[in-house]
Amino acid sequence: MPILECRELSKRFGSVQALDEVSLTLEAGRVVGLLGPNGSGKTTLLKLANGLLTPTDGEILIEGLAPGKETHSVVSYLPDRPYLAEWMKVRQLLDLFEDFYDDFDRNKATEMLLRLSIDEEMRIKEMSKGTREKAQLILVMSRKAKLYLLDEPIGGVDPATRDYILETIIRNYNPEAAVVISTHLIADVEQVLDDVIFINQGKIMLQSSVDAIREEHGMSVDQYFREVFRC
Amino acid sequence: MDWNFRGDLPIYSQLVEQIRLAIISGVFPPGQRLASVRDMAAEAGVNPNTMQRALQDLEREGMVCSQRTTGRFVTEDPNIIEQAKKQYAEEQIRAFLETMRKLGYPREAILTLLKEEEKENADT
Repeated sequence: MPILECRELSKRFGSVQALDEVSLTLEAGRVVGLLGPNGSGKTTLLKLANGLLTPTDGEILIEGLAPGKETHSVVSYLPDRPYLAEWMKVRQLLDLFEDFYDDFDRNKATEMLLRLSIDEEMRIKEMSKGTREKAQLILVMSRKAKLYLLDEPIGGVDPATRDYILETIIRNYNPEAAVVISTHLIADVEQVLDDVIFINQGKIMLQSSVDAIREEHGMSVDQYFREVFRC
Repeated sequence: MDWNFRGDLPIYSQLVEQIRLAIISGVFPPGQRLASVRDMAAEAGVNPNTMQRALQDLEREGMVCSQRTTGRFVTEDPNIIEQAKKQYAEEQIRAFLETMRKLGYPREAILTLLKEEEKENADT
């Protein structure tokens, strides 16, 4: 059974068609880039997968189930904007995640925080943007989920932080889980991806493997994307 | 080791090439145990499935061999390494000759230049 499946999935906000009959499947063991310009529907798709939005038409299934209580326990979601309470200490966040998620591996998170010398007594509001992003990613990746949904995990961070985040995603690779990375920073992520999905104006333009694109077109996914989406 | 990837070729074939070069140049000496797929992927900054595919290709060539429980090792067969080295050298020479021909150097001139360069190197 695919980990994620969309069948003619549509989402409308008033007169705006955010997603337009999207059909796709994602299998376990794949790291997939959800690539598209700003406003193309990436975040909407991830929010639907996480049950934060409900479809206008069609359906979205996580291991065969509509997003809900059961699927929350297998989906680990990193939103595209800061969502952790500013006043909380790292230690309190670890407690929170431990309470909320059965699959949260506290030791793993502690170890990763230690390696970055992030003090557990530190409050979120005392952290730099890069440290915040790393701390959030550590929490999200320390769950043993089936589906990781990472919305712009490398947006607006410095190159060293970006490398750390990508390396963390690789080191946590699990053949039984799928990872979706939504971004428009394609050149930075394409080496860590198995497959890419191009999305534009709510429609899927292409789903292919990175090396298939390079082989077929003799250019990187980044170059190919620029060609397809030339303004 | 330093990993560098070009945009116009599949990542997996570049991995094959770079690991093969590391073996024939002795960066990965014969019999050395390779790190796990995940660690090699993390070091190179590439997808683990892509690294896996590259290592399987190298296995088919005989450059590396896997032992079910203990991991992957660089071949200890000197013939395989020697042959791969020779093949690599030939490719380099062909590419060099192609460039020189494009520059308009006839065969004799290329050889003369090579000998001069070689002599200069020996002097310094």
